[in-house]
Amino acid sequence: MAFNVKKAGGVVVIEVEGQLIVGNRQELKQRVLDALEAGDRKFLIDFTRTGYIDSSGLGVLVSLSKKIRDEGGDLRLAGLNEDLKTLFELTKLDTLFAITDSAQEALSAF
Amino acid sequence: MSFPLHAHLARCERAEGGLDVELRLRLPSDVGVVEEAVELVARHLEAAFVDRRTIRFNLRVALAEAIGNAILYGNTEDETKGVAVRVLFGRNTVEMEVTDEGCGFDYRYLPDPTLPANRMRPYGRGLFLIRQLVDEVRFNDAGNSICMILRRA
Repeated sequence: MAFNVKKAGGVVVIEVEGQLIVGNRQELKQRVLDALEAGDRKFLIDFTRTGYIDSSGLGVLVSLSKKIRDEGGDLRLAGLNEDLKTLFELTKLDTLFAITDSAQEALSAF
Repeated sequence: MSFPLHAHLARCERAEGGLDVELRLRLPSDVGVVEEAVELVARHLEAAFVDRRTIRFNLRVALAEAIGNAILYGNTEDETKGVAVRVLFGRNTVEMEVTDEGCGFDYRYLPDPTLPANRMRPYGRGLFLIRQLVDEVRFNDAGNSICMILRRA
């Protein structure tokens, strides 16, 4: 599992390769907090290459969403497969996040 | 990082409800082992169980939740404590038991994380997800051992 971080037109894009779970959620959190500290305000987390997410991973997304919003920024999610969409629907987190099918769609929505 | 996890497999002499293989793992209280432990179990089940999506998604998420909870909240990441994973499986049924060495918790009174007042909380979704993803959940009296059952026709 790994996080690939790049910049696209002023947006910090983080690709989650593998899982987002209890073992690596702090690494994702730190990557985003570091970018916030450096002045970035637009974030896209791309789950196109993600297998599954556990509740710790969902929890980190919730806390990052709040932190980014408090700093006047914007967090978007993209690339959820059917399994991952199910997770967001079961927990009703689909109502909290701006979710698009593809990273490209998300980038053009900022 | 790689961890030397080994599964102990045994064919059950008394096949009960189609559960004819037993897999056992002993894990350290380190959240870094969760993914490897889940993959180890899932790989054994993928060839045996009737529904691949159940293994790919329901089983992986539920097992990661249970092991993560056992390490974080049950054993409070105390490296002197371990987590025992016991999986009984056959073609149509999987029973996964995860036991920690903590004091247990009261699993009967957990707030609903989907209520609007709770939705922004960064915690409190683990057991809820498990209950949504498997067909039956049981605890021992102490509350430090969870048994999750998946059934597919």
